[in-house]
Amino acid sequence: MTTNLKAADLVQADRVHTSLYTSAEIFDEEMSKIFESTWVWVAHESEVPEAGSYKNTFVGKQPVIVVRDRKGEIRVLLNRCRHRCATVCEGKKGKTQSFVCPYHGWAFGLDGALRNVPYEGSYGSEGLDKKLFPLPGLRVESYQGMVFATFKEDIEPLVDYLGPAKKWMDLFMKQGAGYGIEVPGEQRFRFPGNWKIQLENTTDAYHFPLVHKSFLTTLDPQALDTFSFMEGDGFVEDLGNGHSVMVMIPELVDLEAHLDQPIPERFAELAAELAKQGLDDLKVRKIVRAVGGTGFNLNIFPNIACSMAFFRVLRPISVEETEIHHSVINMKDGPEIANQYRLRLHEYFQGPLGFGTPDDGEAWCRVQAGVHACGREEKDKWIMVNRGLPIEKQGADGPRSDVTGETGMRAAYQQWKKLMSA
Amino acid sequence: MSLQTLHEVTAFLWQEADLLDHKEHDAWIALWEESGRYIVPIDPESTDYANTLNYSNDDHAMRKMRAHRLRSGEAVSTTPAPRTARSTSRIVILKEDGDTIVVRAAQNLREFHKDRFRHYTSNIEYTLKRAGGSFKIAQKVIRLLNSDDAIASIGYIL
Repeated sequence: MTTNLKAADLVQADRVHTSLYTSAEIFDEEMSKIFESTWVWVAHESEVPEAGSYKNTFVGKQPVIVVRDRKGEIRVLLNRCRHRCATVCEGKKGKTQSFVCPYHGWAFGLDGALRNVPYEGSYGSEGLDKKLFPLPGLRVESYQGMVFATFKEDIEPLVDYLGPAKKWMDLFMKQGAGYGIEVPGEQRFRFPGNWKIQLENTTDAYHFPLVHKSFLTTLDPQALDTFSFMEGDGFVEDLGNGHSVMVMIPELVDLEAHLDQPIPERFAELAAELAKQGLDDLKVRKIVRAVGGTGFNLNIFPNIACSMAFFRVLRPISVEETEIHHSVINMKDGPEIANQYRLRLHEYFQGPLGFGTPDDGEAWCRVQAGVHACGREEKDKWIMVNRGLPIEKQGADGPRSDVTGETGMRAAYQQWKKLMSA
Repeated sequence: MSLQTLHEVTAFLWQEADLLDHKEHDAWIALWEESGRYIVPIDPESTDYANTLNYSNDDHAMRKMRAHRLRSGEAVSTTPAPRTARSTSRIVILKEDGDTIVVRAAQNLREFHKDRFRHYTSNIEYTLKRAGGSFKIAQKVIRLLNSDDAIASIGYIL
């Protein structure tokens, strides 16, 4: 590491060191000690609906293929021909029968097994022992349709790793309104900044009224009231293993509760249309509540968040560059009009042309620019994450502070410290 | 179709481009039919914009809010505002049906924001309606060549 400090010293209870955003050595170490050593989110199961459906993604810096094999099992395979390393699968998503290397034609099955090698005679009379050269697979487990993979064969089961985050995932999926959920697309953008700046942001309510002022001024008074949560009863709670939840709008934690409340004005037309289509009143209320999304952000360490109404995926590119995907969530086979509302609401705030995301992105750029102003003295090289610390109390599953507290960041950094000290 | 129509359409598109580069958003909004949609798709093949995720799919109210956001000074991403200059060319009339004209054009846009130049190239499809000796925009679909890649924030109207 470029500083004399060890991982254990770079993260303190209330602050983290500047080098966490700037050191290329630390970044490389994060790829091996974090991204290659824990559970990393790779897909929602709806992204690979049928045998042969695939999605290309990354675990840390390593390109992997998420694919559903002929038996219906989801596999995560290294995207590298075992011969001379060319990628065997291209494109963000698609459907295929097999993975054929474009360089010399080695062909792999959907389960990664090497099936065919052209002109095999040159490997001797026995041919090549194909069993020795499959596309290596990662360990794969899923919960609530969210698929995670890991390079670490002996890691704890995913459900144990998620721990109390599971109950928040259960709540998050209620926005399927009984239809189940699917991910029909995502917006992708990059910003010049370290990945942990985005990780922090998911449970940072403190920035909301300032950074998102231009969004808030476009809301009707009722919606504005819903989004005015700074001094409300919300909270941030450490859920262990680096995970945390930020509850901004407590009445929207459980989308199946409070169904008797009046329908917000901005959804009145939707409710009327659903009723016209013959859905009963309870179903209409359930769908309308689900359309608006939940009232919380769940941050699952290290790369995925269930953020109110969408999945936020982060992909580290380099120490000072990060790619973000904002994946939209629809009700699977739900009413078209309700899904159109969800798509338009997503476009409204999210993505590189949204009314919210560009301002987040600009704030993160400013963080990455400012972090280089770190003086010469160690005392000037710290990033403060102490907000809410003096008022933290024990919550249901861990330390809890008010909605504007930095408890979620502290949770993530303690997990960072644990993994980086290993 | 006539060269006269092509001339009229070209003059209109250049006027629109000039308004956008000079951030005359109220005048730009006045070019629209109220029912018109300003659409930036993600999927290059997409035509069902209502049922797919786009970067934007603005109705009249969203267009007005977007314009307001860009000049309000409330958005850190547009303060200072990016400077743009766009060249609209390769203008082709695909279809003319009564008062409705479907046009396709290429747009090369250069953006300077703070300390960085960016370049966005798009195919743009317009549906225009003849009105009062000029046109109104009934639909504008901006197909960024790199729409399905990761892009940077775009703090202006394409």
